[in-house]
Amino acid sequence: MDTFIIIVLLTFLAIIAIGIIVLRDLLGAVILLGAYSLTAASAFVVMDAVDVAFTEAAVGSGVSTILFLGALSFTKHEQKPRGHDSWLALVFVVVTGGLLIYGTLDMPHFGSAISAAQTHPDLAVRFLEQSGAEVGPPNIVTSVLASYRGYDTLGETLVVFAAGVAVLSLLGLKRRRPEDDAPEHAPGDTPAPDSDDFLAERAE
Amino acid sequence: MKLYPRQRHRVLQVVTKLVIPFVLMFGLYVQFHGDYGPGGGFQAGVIFASAFILHGLIFGLQRTRAVLSPTVLRFMMASGVLLYAGTGLVTMLFGGTLLDYDVLAHDPLHGQHWGIFAVELGVGITVTAVMVTLFYGFASKR
Repeated sequence: MDTFIIIVLLTFLAIIAIGIIVLRDLLGAVILLGAYSLTAASAFVVMDAVDVAFTEAAVGSGVSTILFLGALSFTKHEQKPRGHDSWLALVFVVVTGGLLIYGTLDMPHFGSAISAAQTHPDLAVRFLEQSGAEVGPPNIVTSVLASYRGYDTLGETLVVFAAGVAVLSLLGLKRRRPEDDAPEHAPGDTPAPDSDDFLAERAE
Repeated sequence: MKLYPRQRHRVLQVVTKLVIPFVLMFGLYVQFHGDYGPGGGFQAGVIFASAFILHGLIFGLQRTRAVLSPTVLRFMMASGVLLYAGTGLVTMLFGGTLLDYDVLAHDPLHGQHWGIFAVELGVGITVTAVMVTLFYGFASKR
């Protein structure tokens, strides 16, 4: 049954990916990207990777859709039609894709007995059996992420911080203006037409 | 089609006001229940930030910046990382190695509990601030 669900979800993923490539309307492509992430998250749930699915649903289909919409508001919603097709690009993409698929041939199958997690049982078994006594939390993912590999997670947090600093220094936030602190309308009122209203610009 | 400001998104505004407290509550649940169920700082940070992003989408960036100003965000971004790294320094002060939470309390399990709590909180604060900063950065440029 699981295999059947996975096959259906992966088929959906392929269809959505083709749709994203074919679509000329960038707004539709962004929405499809969100759908792609949600489908991927469902596949992760079927594979019992609930924490990863959670992240994929929140980041992939939630926040990054919004950020893409924000990026779209800088530009037009239609992809510019191209007069010619670049054969060099096609060759490059096919070769790269072929290499990537060739690389996956060496990877163990899903749930395979020869995967690294199975051939190094000292790690996996130790996490599964000892983490309750050594660290405590019933969610072993949290134990591994925050305690056994706390150093790695510190690095990840620094990466997120660095991304924030990079965006701040590239895009920059406008300095605080006086009108930011005191909205001229009562809270709950609709904003003035000239305010930077996100949805309004999208709707027009 | 251009609507008059008063008629614009009235339903969305009302629904947003109803939804935001639940989103924030769910973010806190994911943050502090990560030990027992799926979740943790990263997911909670994104969920918490999405409440502010939703507010910004519906009510305009000005209002959201009045609630959560970029200055506060910059402070939060750094303080989350500092809380994480600071936990590591405290464990070293207590005589352990970096991020070895066992020394934080008399019982190693309690120490681990406190350590994971602090570290996940740091992750959550940083991720929230960075996500909202990304949104501000994209949405305020036009």
